[in-house]
Amino acid sequence: MENLENFRSEVRAWLDENCPSSMRTGADPQIPHDEVWGGRNAEYKNPESKIWLDRMGAKGWTMPTVPKEYGGGGLDKDQVKILNEELFLIGAKTPLLSFGIWMLAPVLLEYGSEEQKKEHLPKIIKGEIRWCQGYSEPGSGSDLASLATKAEDKGDHFMVNGQKVWTSYADKADWIFALVRTGPLEPKHNGISFLLIDMETKGVSTKPITLISGKSPFCETFFDDVEVPKNNIVGTLNAGWEIAKKLLQHERKFISNFGLAAAAGSKKDLVSIAKKHFGENDGKINNTFFRSEVADHKIKEHAFGLTLQRAGDEGGKASAVASMFKYYGTEHNKKRHELMISAMGKDGVAWDGVEFAEEDKNLTKSWLRTKGNSIEGGTSEVQLNVISKRVLGLPS
Amino acid sequence: MKLVLNEEQQFLKDTAKDFAEERTPITHFRNLRDTNDPAMWDKNIWEEMVNLGWSGILIPEEYGGSDFGVTGMSVVLQECGKTLTPSPLFATAVLGAYAIKEFGDNEQKSKYLPLIASGKITTAVAVDESSHHNPANTELSAVTSDNGFVINGSKKLVVDGSSADVLIVLARTSGSKGELAGLTLFIVDSKADGIIRSKLEMADSRNYANIEFNNVAVGASSVLGSQEAGGEAIDHILDIGRIALSAEMLGNSEAAFSTTIDYLKERKQFGVLIGTFQALQHRAAEMFCEIELTKSSVMAAMQGADENSNQLQVLASLAKSIAGDTLHLISNEAIQMHGGIGVTDEYDLGFFLKRARVAEQIFGSINFHKERYANLSGF
Repeated sequence: MENLENFRSEVRAWLDENCPSSMRTGADPQIPHDEVWGGRNAEYKNPESKIWLDRMGAKGWTMPTVPKEYGGGGLDKDQVKILNEELFLIGAKTPLLSFGIWMLAPVLLEYGSEEQKKEHLPKIIKGEIRWCQGYSEPGSGSDLASLATKAEDKGDHFMVNGQKVWTSYADKADWIFALVRTGPLEPKHNGISFLLIDMETKGVSTKPITLISGKSPFCETFFDDVEVPKNNIVGTLNAGWEIAKKLLQHERKFISNFGLAAAAGSKKDLVSIAKKHFGENDGKINNTFFRSEVADHKIKEHAFGLTLQRAGDEGGKASAVASMFKYYGTEHNKKRHELMISAMGKDGVAWDGVEFAEEDKNLTKSWLRTKGNSIEGGTSEVQLNVISKRVLGLPS
Repeated sequence: MKLVLNEEQQFLKDTAKDFAEERTPITHFRNLRDTNDPAMWDKNIWEEMVNLGWSGILIPEEYGGSDFGVTGMSVVLQECGKTLTPSPLFATAVLGAYAIKEFGDNEQKSKYLPLIASGKITTAVAVDESSHHNPANTELSAVTSDNGFVINGSKKLVVDGSSADVLIVLARTSGSKGELAGLTLFIVDSKADGIIRSKLEMADSRNYANIEFNNVAVGASSVLGSQEAGGEAIDHILDIGRIALSAEMLGNSEAAFSTTIDYLKERKQFGVLIGTFQALQHRAAEMFCEIELTKSSVMAAMQGADENSNQLQVLASLAKSIAGDTLHLISNEAIQMHGGIGVTDEYDLGFFLKRARVAEQIFGSINFHKERYANLSGF
């Protein structure tokens, strides 16, 4: 116990000295805000963003539980809890957003070779290398295992040819972790490998994808005769599907958390929007029909919130009820946006121009973006399949 | 508030589960219905429930109860709901016990609570007077007299009204129809002069009555709670009732859903199990989600009642509306997914459908509670 108290004092003192003021709550709102993803080509509007990343990275505290030999913080569970509490106390900004941290690092720790761990983990932790994920292909979305991007064995290297789609930030990333076909197409699950590719390799190119909501981080990624060292396979040849599934679990958890946080912190409140545009009568939305729709929605929202809480109270393990979160959360969020723009009348369907408020136009863009939420990270239909088969035990 | 049962509550639930499965499987209800049983509940079964302490769950120990609270009471009803077990639990152990425990004076508590706990009397709460639930629309009047009050008017769809020994009646002592103010609750002997009870034949084959009050004389000491404060009191009593009923409706949903899933895993057509059809799989998965939402809402409402939450009214309306919506869906889907046998009387699912719609109407329909939820939530 005494050791933990000492640790807390050390952390507090270190943060006091090393967390720049613009990286905490109470930061001057005039200072420009960076979304820190790191990488070879990282740019910072606020130099303190880089300072904060460098300091936390040097400590390994961007991945506090990873062993020190790989550049991590080497902290145990109790110490991590303390670190998080102290960061929360000063309202510290997350120093680094990173697919490397969220998805690749756990995989490297479990399946990577010592060489790979020593090569890649420190750079992920310091934010020196930025990663993107190469999974989906135009012909392989829900049926990911049917993927066809080929990695041909050329003796001392692989030759990669094919195309990935929906690669977030591929045009900004330094490296990509990709699923490639190294074996036969049948059985499809047994011919897939997990391959790390440097985006600067000759033959790799990207093209951004514009969504119905406008600009997006998504890209197409093309591989034309790309030479990749044999050592860049993670785990065993043709055993990549297991790794892919593990990583998808990490991804789904991350999307859920992000979605919940976004909804919670959202200033877009259906009731206040409805009252603003319909008017209110004695505290009631001044439109009976719309008010009824709002009631339906708020009741479901209340129940869903209680269900998230209950899952936590029941032990937080991957319980049966957790399988419904992605499905229910995304469909509910879509509906919420439909109701919001509906409440706004014509102000909910503008695209551009000074005649409409920025926040209103942004809401319209958000509504469009939500259509992708029930598709990415496992479609709603796939989620329902998972519930039917794995929770309800219905036959295949 | 933790949305999980504690040990005691889980024990009550497990005991009730065993009881419902062994002592009152659905055949018990079917027999009562087939034989046109006058009370539509069984005295011996009630005695067993009393011996298990269920009639006294909401009653303080000093009056012979166990004081296990609303959650404990509700999970018992939830398990009873799975086998459509009819009993005086709702109208007596929940409504009557709660009303008197919460609003009775010492004399009334000492007189009635031990009788309820020991199963010697059953109760019924008489609130509604027209096709839709609305306590404020009470016109039944209680006019002051030399010895107390004289009650005139009628009440409809009184749960257990046909068999209850003691009635708790919502009457108007001032004001006019539509006002929640001016109402007073009375404890009335069901055998009092001037009371005429007509047993109703409702779709769910349970015990209900329309009750007429013709110059029924009651003493001043029969006022339950404060005079003129009956509107507030009944709202609170009904909230506890709504929560307990929501738990029972959740049990109905769980049983009908479970039966349906079993059927999907057994029934073969076109050479395959119908459970392999994706359309049915997805509808089943959607039902699963709605049941989970209902479980959380009912749990929050039960715990809220036990914690005297200031959110209780909102939680009660949340629970009743969502339990209603979910049971509405499940009862329809269950029959549809069973095909032809689902619409036969021989099969049990029809009982769940009938019970579902009647329960929906008791103490406020889905729409009633959606509106109440909206009013209470400030929109």
